[in-house]
Amino acid sequence: MAFDYDKYLRPGKLPHIWCPGCGHGIVLKGLLRAIDACELEKNRTAIVSGIGCASRLPGYVDFNTLHTAHGRAAAFATGIKMAQPDMNVLVVGGDGDGVAIGGNHFIHACRRNIDMTYVLMNNFIYGMTGGQFSPCTPTGDKASTTPYGNPDPTFDISKLAIGAGATFVARTTAYHATQIDKLIAEGIRHKGMAIIEVLDDCPTTYGRRNKFRSVVDMMKRFKELAVPVAKAATMSKEELDGKIVTGILHREERPEYCEQYAEVIKRAQNL
Amino acid sequence: MNTPRLEIIEHYCKGCSICVEFCPTNVLEMDGFLAKVIRPEACIGCMQCELRCPDFAIKVHKD
Ligand SMILES: Cc1ncc(C[n+]2csc(CCOP(=O)(O)OP(=O)(O)O)c2C)c(N)n1
Ligand code: SF4
Ligand code: SF4
Ligand code: SF4
Ligand SMILES: [Mg+2]
Repeated sequence: MAFDYDKYLRPGKLPHIWCPGCGHGIVLKGLLRAIDACELEKNRTAIVSGIGCASRLPGYVDFNTLHTAHGRAAAFATGIKMAQPDMNVLVVGGDGDGVAIGGNHFIHACRRNIDMTYVLMNNFIYGMTGGQFSPCTPTGDKASTTPYGNPDPTFDISKLAIGAGATFVARTTAYHATQIDKLIAEGIRHKGMAIIEVLDDCPTTYGRRNKFRSVVDMMKRFKELAVPVAKAATMSKEELDGKIVTGILHREERPEYCEQYAEVIKRAQNL
Repeated sequence: MNTPRLEIIEHYCKGCSICVEFCPTNVLEMDGFLAKVIRPEACIGCMQCELRCPDFAIKVHKD
């Protein structure tokens, strides 16, 4: 049966602004299927973003939505969650927004283990502003600001999230459409900070500069490189070089920030 | 099972051809910058096209 996306979309907003083949639309659809699977109530759900093509997502969806300042989505989301701990809080955005300008907010939201779900669309580039390199642009690849190849080493967002203290970290790609909603749903159900990194395609500013003939080629590349986490466990470091490990990479239980803060309030009031 | 009914919402389709490439039974084809159903009888209802379309432009109705 065709999935009824319309019930979660603001009327009259389609077609969306994203380019032909842009994976952000695939992630948006996965997010809506995950929200549906978790039966989140619209009025009890907030979706927060910063700035960028990926960050345009909240404009299309019929929830409490915030389109904030570049890199600051996690900070605004923290404020919402602290004020209304019963609210389901989701953050969406790109690699530039999340781990370049917003890197500090990102790591500290992970460290606090605040109960929210952050879907990070990593398309390896600043799509919106014309394809400048981001901390996620693969070394050697071309961007408008690295026409001779990017000399910088690359952030591994999932590893960064685990290192910073997120208690649920998962990775998939825009090719793996059904895994997107499954992992986001797992992240929503997890109590604590859940990061879902979706390796995404920007055919317009990344693909065409890096010898992908079409968006289909970008999808096929994701398909080829993906290795499920269980299989990766049986492979050597050399075999895994350049591969994309997909699935739930990390899950642990640790005290959640709003609950810890409620304890602080209790202690302070007893003084 | 009845053959599913495919619906293409033409004013949403941006012509990326993802649905065409990943349909396992070659039901779809590009007609310029629009996806077109060319072999409706071959559709197995796998939903790949609907799942992957970034633009909400293709629906697979199985009722
Ligand atoms: C303070 C500030 N600095 C810079 C910009 C310009 N800017 C807008 S979007 C963007 C990058 C977005 O990249 P990303 O988050 O990866 O999203 P994408 O467009 O790739 O989906 C930048 C640098 C801005 N809007 N505000
Ligand atoms: S520029 Fe890139 S990220 Fe932005 S909408 Fe186009 S394809 Fe998507
Ligand atoms: S449902 Fe499957 S078989 Fe039918 S058109 Fe879509 S991709 Fe092809
Ligand atoms: S995937 Fe969607 S937007 Fe792309 S060609 Fe097919 S119907 Fe059109
Ligand atoms: Mg980006």
